[in-house]
Amino acid sequence: MTKTVFIGALAVAGLTAGIASAATLDDVKARGSLKCGSNEGLAGFAAPDANGNWEGFDVSLCRAIAAAVLGDGQAVEFVPLTSQTRFTALAAGEVDVLVRNSTWTFTRDTDLALDFPAINYYDGQGFMVPRALGVSSAAELDGATVCIQTGTTTELNLADYFRANGISYEPVPVATNAEGQQQYLAGACDVYTTDISGLAATRATFEAPGDHVILPEVVSKEPLGPAVRHGDNAWGDIVRWTTHALVAAEEYGVTKANVAELAAAPTDNPEVNRLLGTEGELGAMIGLDADWAVKVLSVAGNYGEIFEANIGESTAVGLARGLNAQWTDGGLMYGGPFR
Amino acid sequence: MADISDHPRETFRISMLLYDARYRSLTIQVVAAMLIMLFLAQLVDNTVTNLAVLGKDISFSFLWSTAGYDINQQIIPFTSQDTHARAALVGILNTLLVAVLGCILATVIGVFAGVLRLSKNWLVARVMTFYVECMRNTPLLIWILIVFAVMTEATPQPRDFREGGTAAMVFADSVAVTNRGVFIPRPIWADGSGIVVAFLILSIIGIFVLRYVARKRQEDTGQQLPVLRLSLAMLIVPVTLAFFAVGRPITLEYPELGGFNFEGGLQVRNSFIALWLALSLYTSAFIAEIVRSGILAVSKGQTEAAFALGMQPNRTMQLIILPQALRVIIPPLISQFLNLTKNSSLALAVGYMDARSTLGGITVNQTGRELEGILLLGIFYLITSLIISSAMNFYNSGVKLKER
Repeated sequence: MTKTVFIGALAVAGLTAGIASAATLDDVKARGSLKCGSNEGLAGFAAPDANGNWEGFDVSLCRAIAAAVLGDGQAVEFVPLTSQTRFTALAAGEVDVLVRNSTWTFTRDTDLALDFPAINYYDGQGFMVPRALGVSSAAELDGATVCIQTGTTTELNLADYFRANGISYEPVPVATNAEGQQQYLAGACDVYTTDISGLAATRATFEAPGDHVILPEVVSKEPLGPAVRHGDNAWGDIVRWTTHALVAAEEYGVTKANVAELAAAPTDNPEVNRLLGTEGELGAMIGLDADWAVKVLSVAGNYGEIFEANIGESTAVGLARGLNAQWTDGGLMYGGPFR
Repeated sequence: MADISDHPRETFRISMLLYDARYRSLTIQVVAAMLIMLFLAQLVDNTVTNLAVLGKDISFSFLWSTAGYDINQQIIPFTSQDTHARAALVGILNTLLVAVLGCILATVIGVFAGVLRLSKNWLVARVMTFYVECMRNTPLLIWILIVFAVMTEATPQPRDFREGGTAAMVFADSVAVTNRGVFIPRPIWADGSGIVVAFLILSIIGIFVLRYVARKRQEDTGQQLPVLRLSLAMLIVPVTLAFFAVGRPITLEYPELGGFNFEGGLQVRNSFIALWLALSLYTSAFIAEIVRSGILAVSKGQTEAAFALGMQPNRTMQLIILPQALRVIIPPLISQFLNLTKNSSLALAVGYMDARSTLGGITVNQTGRELEGILLLGIFYLITSLIISSAMNFYNSGVKLKER
């Protein structure tokens, strides 16, 4: 009995490890769809709409990558993953790319054998409390009960922050954002902590968002971005430059509305021409069609359009661009040169 | 004799391995063993190779690095600066706590339900049938989530206990039932409390001696001692006297409402209550059936013989039926205890920090050591199960039918 269990465990380990092959691009093309690891449900970032179509900020990046590789932004198979299972699923080859509010850290980049080719959202960890508590600063949270998603960097930051400030807290571990939201609204915890974007997205789904405040403290740096397996550099390049294409397009003024027009014939701006494939051989260098970026931008527009449509100030999530503004506007979004 | 030695000695040929019945079974076993070993070697090699391709090695050194996360329920002290190994130990102790308490409660409820299901009272028997069928025909996870939902949604928040709030503490302001757990008074052990505990242990030993003496006396003379009343007196009186003689060393710290939450006292978290109750209720349904089958397995002639000797029904159950029923009950009961222990790994669903949540959850996730972490977790459950089953087998050898 014990032996069979052992064999079984090894078999599973062996098989899952065996799936992770090097050439993800070939796998995706052969399959005809992109497997994208996404959040199980975070309004504005990744959540299915009333018709079951996934939409959101992270979802748009998945669709953009699918458009770059397969020419079809709908050719995506979304695999909802919890914070605990996401990296294992990626390492085991269950998904081709993970776009799930994942923080780029040293350990994940090196020890977990992942690569974070680009950053699509610069975030930081914050705290949300009910307005009725009358708390105005995280320093007043001594003795508070805090809901926290397990398996996240937030979990470690939380421990560090409270220890550094010499205040005590009671962690209530939850597996998903939905569970954390339910516990927080039931009052089983005083505080909900995660990345500020996540807090804003969660608050947007509340019945009375105004009854909850996000405290001013930002206790960590959370650069969020797509993750791929370490070692498949060609695939990592595609994910990196798809993200950069979205950002650069915003800088150059290429939008969903005008991309077809701009791509029809070479324009005066050589950078736009190279991006859209009307000049040079950039597509071939990365193993894609010459007009790959046109397909990418035709799905949901450039970075700014995706941001405004899903999480911008006009939406329920209501996030300001802040650090995620273009570098020309004092933000950190800096699309690499297409040359 | 001489004839036999004259026969030409049959020389061993390779084909005999297959065609000679004396060797064939051995051949098959050797070949099978080699195939299994080849399969295992292939699996291990495949795993190691593929991990190497992914750039991962197999190493357990992560156990000695800083955990960096906090655990709410700690039987031994733990901070985020302790190692992953200690975090695993905290989780293991939490698993053992819920498993031991779960086995005890499940057995108590199970025996009651099993005996009552055989009751001659129609209503009681039907209610117990309903209970057993409901419990054992629905998944355990659902019961865990139901109990947890009731505990978090139907109970008041700590802030409702403030002046003018809607909730109040019960049992003379000593217990607060909140949606974060049940806060109960905590004993504070001052100097001299050791003496009281020593008296308690001595009393318990005394009760066992009393039971032995009473049985001996009954076997020798047929006279019965009022064992229950004497035991209760022995349990309570000396300890109470010692408690007051030493000067009341054990006091209770009551929970009080602090800034965000109750402070002081002992917090029995909702995650623990949900897991403990759900595991106990679920397993008790199976134990009830085991107990019922054990009792029904004792021939009716035994009961009739006992009645013919003039024994009362409760003593018949106690002295005739149950000792014989135990022989049938114990072996399947072992597997129920093992099930309960292993099912406690569903703790993750309600955020109870057991071994699965610490070692197999957060540690694995933060270090990326899936294979190592899950392997260690498997070994832990294996060892725990083997210990439980050997302890129960030891008990079983005491009650089973003695064949002489």
